[in-house]
Amino acid sequence: MNKPSIAVHKFSSCDGCQLAFLNAGEELLTLAGLVDIRHFLEAGVADEQARVDIAFVEGSISTDEEVERIRRVRENSTLVVTLGACATAGGLQALRNLDDSHTAWKNAVYAQPAFIRTLDRAEPVSAHIKVDFQLWGCPVNGRQVLAAVRQLLFGVLPAVVHDKVCMECKRQQAVCVMVTSGKPCMGPVTRTGCGALCPRFGRDCYACFGPADDVNTDALSQRLEGLGLPPADVARRFLFITSQAPAFHAAGLRHYRPGFVDD
Amino acid sequence: MTERNVRIHVPALTRVEGEGSLRLHIAQGEIEELALDIFEPPRYFEKFLEGRDHAEVIDTVARICGICPVAYQMSAAQALEHAFGIDPGPWARAMRRVFYCGEWLQSHALHIHLLAAPDFLGFDSVVGMAEQYPDEVRRGLRLQGLGNTLIRLLGARSVHPVGACVGGFHRAPTPAEVDEMLAALRAGLEDAVALLRWAASLDVPDDHQTFTSVSLRHATDYPLAEGRIVSDRGLDIDCGDYERHFREEHRPQSTALFALLDDEPYLVGPLARLNLNFDRLPETTRRLVDATGVRFPSDNMFHSLLARAIEIHIAVVEAIRLLERYQAPDSPQVAVSPRAGVGIGATEAPRGLLWHRYAFDGNGIVRSARIVPPTSQNQARIEVDLRRSLLALGLDRDDADLRLRAETVIRNYDPCISCATHFLSLSVERR
Repeated sequence: MNKPSIAVHKFSSCDGCQLAFLNAGEELLTLAGLVDIRHFLEAGVADEQARVDIAFVEGSISTDEEVERIRRVRENSTLVVTLGACATAGGLQALRNLDDSHTAWKNAVYAQPAFIRTLDRAEPVSAHIKVDFQLWGCPVNGRQVLAAVRQLLFGVLPAVVHDKVCMECKRQQAVCVMVTSGKPCMGPVTRTGCGALCPRFGRDCYACFGPADDVNTDALSQRLEGLGLPPADVARRFLFITSQAPAFHAAGLRHYRPGFVDD
Repeated sequence: MTERNVRIHVPALTRVEGEGSLRLHIAQGEIEELALDIFEPPRYFEKFLEGRDHAEVIDTVARICGICPVAYQMSAAQALEHAFGIDPGPWARAMRRVFYCGEWLQSHALHIHLLAAPDFLGFDSVVGMAEQYPDEVRRGLRLQGLGNTLIRLLGARSVHPVGACVGGFHRAPTPAEVDEMLAALRAGLEDAVALLRWAASLDVPDDHQTFTSVSLRHATDYPLAEGRIVSDRGLDIDCGDYERHFREEHRPQSTALFALLDDEPYLVGPLARLNLNFDRLPETTRRLVDATGVRFPSDNMFHSLLARAIEIHIAVVEAIRLLERYQAPDSPQVAVSPRAGVGIGATEAPRGLLWHRYAFDGNGIVRSARIVPPTSQNQARIEVDLRRSLLALGLDRDDADLRLRAETVIRNYDPCISCATHFLSLSVERR
């Protein structure tokens, strides 16, 4: 019997989401027994053009070369699954989209900017190709990734987590940091999946898993202002790791002035 | 006799962090062109940090690298505390060493087993290697897992941990959690000893060369989260003076910047650290190293893998030492009040010296940031090493041998291309 084949592709990113595989320990060897790994550069397998059943994609699309490459990934893969905030919502590097800052930033960092071929915008994978399933998180939760792989191998799309971090806090019986310490927690609008790590460590959630479904960002913005946050701070809360996710982008822009300048 | 003309192209190097390529062109038996191209797209961290609040810096810079986020967090924390005139105190300093030990363990074990060792044992990947060396691979994966567990003790998760803050940590582990961690570390010590001996027994090329080692140096301990910057050519400076001695230049083929010390290439990372700090090893580690018969300082770059294994042992021993005297603090962090100014931080990332400088306005908003990662410091050294390693091997060797040696040399530095914003692909060309 033919084993299902997978590929892991990297685009503009920190490599942290592919560590869901490389940090899996014994389960990495189990996975290698269950599937045929056809392309995974960091693991030592190179065949970018391989036809596969499932392609996992890390990173955002930020160069012409990446635009071409993600199209080839789509052509060569039955299912495309995005891993993490960069692939799913552009990631931190998409902050350059806010003010069309790309050219100015490139000229400031590089003595010879003509040799740098980045695009003006860093985009999520879904801006360029059809994506079959998205896993959120900066980084993705390794358990979630392996569970999704198992479900895909059984021929079903993985169950999607819709809950907010607040729900996870309740399940974990964590003390609410916003109610008890007035911290500007993003838990009420953020997708769970991390296990409510920040509130359990006594700090406010900073929304690294992106927006949950059906979020009331206006109510949270008002609450953040009620806690004393000036507009620029409210904007920073929404326009951070997943600034291109539509719900956060819209909520952030209502408080944003270019460069996060305050009134 | 005819001279071969060779052109080899490896468009995407495997078993390195990030994306890079190498072009090698040999004509009339001489190297015409040899370039390590890093084309990982830049993400402009230093620019989008401008305008962010000081409290966001530690969580932002972690995202430069998924393999060494703790290093970025620790250099940033030190720089911010320097800017604001804060001393986080002895508890936080000790816990930062523990936190950092977790990252060295995780990153070094990943590199040795998943990235580097397949070169020396004749495999394409760890999956193939695991069939013939199951015990060694499983031991490596256990040590990697132990490092991740240690990071989670203080950071909740091992990739982009959330526990560190300016002034200390958000949360102190409970004594019960520390006891559980100590038991795991003690159980892992045997693996670390066995790994060190195994790494010393690997058949690596006997390849001596001249290079300058640069690392931090600490008054009493092996350098991790603080120290002065020293070299084996007499440099001994405060990290605030880095920019007076080191400069970065931009070359066309690369999206990373090349750092030079007094206009010359230099080495950072495990071998450089060990060469400069052998007298700072824990006693048990030093005895183990002495018994291997390998002597440090070493001028064989291929001792880098052994240096990583030695540092894994240091990390386990050091984490045990610090956690054995653990006492829960009254508060895990000291108060922070931002002020205008410049702060500088330098720590030893798994891959070497990681230097940060930030300027803040009076509200604690970042006005400028400069980050010099280890891989851009090693970049010039890698190219020098590639050239002489290929000449030492012999340019008349067949393409597969040349390519494997070139890739082995590059991987030996454990380049972190996402950090350096560089990508490697190798093309060898003979005409």
